Amino acid sequence: MAATPRSEARTGLKLISPTAIYVILLLAVPLATVLVFSVMMGGRANVSFPVTLDNYAKLLSNWAYSYILLKSLLVALSVTAITVVLAYPVAYFVSFHVRQERKSLWLFLITIPFWTSYIIRVSLWFVIIGRDGLLDQALMSLGILSEPLNFASYGIPAIILVLAHAYAPFAVLPIFVSLEKVDRSLLEAGQDLGESRFITFLRVTLPLSMPGVIAASLIVFIPTVGDYVTPKLVGDGKQPLIANFIETQLLKLQDFPQGSAFAVVSMLMVAVVSVGFVLWNKRFIGGQK
Amino acid sequence: MKKAPILKSYTLFYLLFLYAPIILLPIFAFNSSKVVAFPLQGFTLDWFREMFSDENLGIAAKNSLIIALSVASISTVLGIFAARASVRYRFPGKAPIMGLIMLPLVLPEMIIAMALLVVLLSLGVPLSLFTVIIGQVLVTTPFAVAILTSAFQSLDRSLEEAAMDLGETAWGTFRLIVLPLVMPGIMAAFLICFTISFDEFIISNFLGSGQPILSVYIFGQFRFPAKVPSMLALGTVLVCFSIILLGFAEYMRRRGIAKTGGKDSGGFL
Repeated sequence: MAATPRSEARTGLKLISPTAIYVILLLAVPLATVLVFSVMMGGRANVSFPVTLDNYAKLLSNWAYSYILLKSLLVALSVTAITVVLAYPVAYFVSFHVRQERKSLWLFLITIPFWTSYIIRVSLWFVIIGRDGLLDQALMSLGILSEPLNFASYGIPAIILVLAHAYAPFAVLPIFVSLEKVDRSLLEAGQDLGESRFITFLRVTLPLSMPGVIAASLIVFIPTVGDYVTPKLVGDGKQPLIANFIETQLLKLQDFPQGSAFAVVSMLMVAVVSVGFVLWNKRFIGGQK
Repeated sequence: MKKAPILKSYTLFYLLFLYAPIILLPIFAFNSSKVVAFPLQGFTLDWFREMFSDENLGIAAKNSLIIALSVASISTVLGIFAARASVRYRFPGKAPIMGLIMLPLVLPEMIIAMALLVVLLSLGVPLSLFTVIIGQVLVTTPFAVAILTSAFQSLDRSLEEAAMDLGETAWGTFRLIVLPLVMPGIMAAFLICFTISFDEFIISNFLGSGQPILSVYIFGQFRFPAKVPSMLALGTVLVCFSIILLGFAEYMRRRGIAKTGGKDSGGFL
């Protein structure tokens, strides 16, 4: 079947057109609209010309906006660091110490919680760490505390705990995949040349698995930075993150231009951090050849 | 295999941490006390009865099923088009088009929801289950594309060529040869999209105009302590439901790999 490149291109385009048209109309156009709105003037629920950069100027000059962005960034990066560090030994165990035919079973066990209702998992934390929750009951009946701790009201630490739990299984898989690719003979070579097992791990296994670590970081970072439910549920809703703030701006205040500008800046922030991760990854892939 | 007792106990501890909240579901769903607290009281099925008699919950569940079935069908079809085109053909603009299709994977969901909402409000489109469906399809399609791409990739192209040589048309080849071989991938994509849609909260909440949808309804009910036990009963049912669906998806995926003669290389993601 010798299809000429041109007819191949035509068939390919025809085939992808339903999906392409769908995402252009319902994703690209809305995102472009947000971009346009962000440089317009506006009142309640409407936008008007002329084009202006005022909305961005306001974002930069008002500390409240930067505070939300920085806080969300900090929460998302902490959650990312915690999940990745906790997940690495698990991925390492499954890759290096579980028999080949049992590996899928272990991975399946790790991923099941991720596929069960996110809302229920997050809400259950409220039952555990909320006022008079199971944690308070346990600590008080053991006599460690005399008054309820009500950890859920602690705001940011509680948000980090709940998010770290919600996204934990995400981190294991990419790290596992990169560990599986590590050539086992390199480890033997390292040890034959007199390195201890720990040094071999630091100098061979860890660098070779960095692409997986970075992929895991990205997979955790992106949804956590935009999480809406957790900040709403724990911390008494007093610690809004990006998503909650966008809701306030766009829906409650109906300030379309300002809300759009904030959405654009948050997208840029996510993009910059993601590109940073990808560039960091290049260093390790470059070394691998 | 070397023994690694410390790593193994750490991993088991980690699993316990992952499952801790979920384990609470069945424990308190069958507990006769109105408050979620130890020590446990007696065994009861009241919470399940209360759950099944809750009319709003019934409507929410029905709406969620309608949404999830529509979303899974649409994204699987869109996924088949995109995955087949990207695996089999070279065409101009492939990278940007595929990039746009996969973009929702790296975009906070809130931004997708808000961008779509701003456009819908500006155009005066009333919010309904339909708007939830078109929004969720954006989120689930990348997953369908990812699963189906690997299904199409593992296909032996010489089988198609043989069919064409024997006089089948392009559509005939696709229907008789390609489709049956990637069927397990299609089923897996459908199930994954269904599960994601069923759990989805942000788009359901903001594009749904306050219609009861399961995830939104659950989120609202957890605020009332009196409602918590029946929500735990619901959670128990949903968890069982997810595990059955996923077990089935995994079975389909493995059968697909066995069919095309490949080697098992891990989970869904």
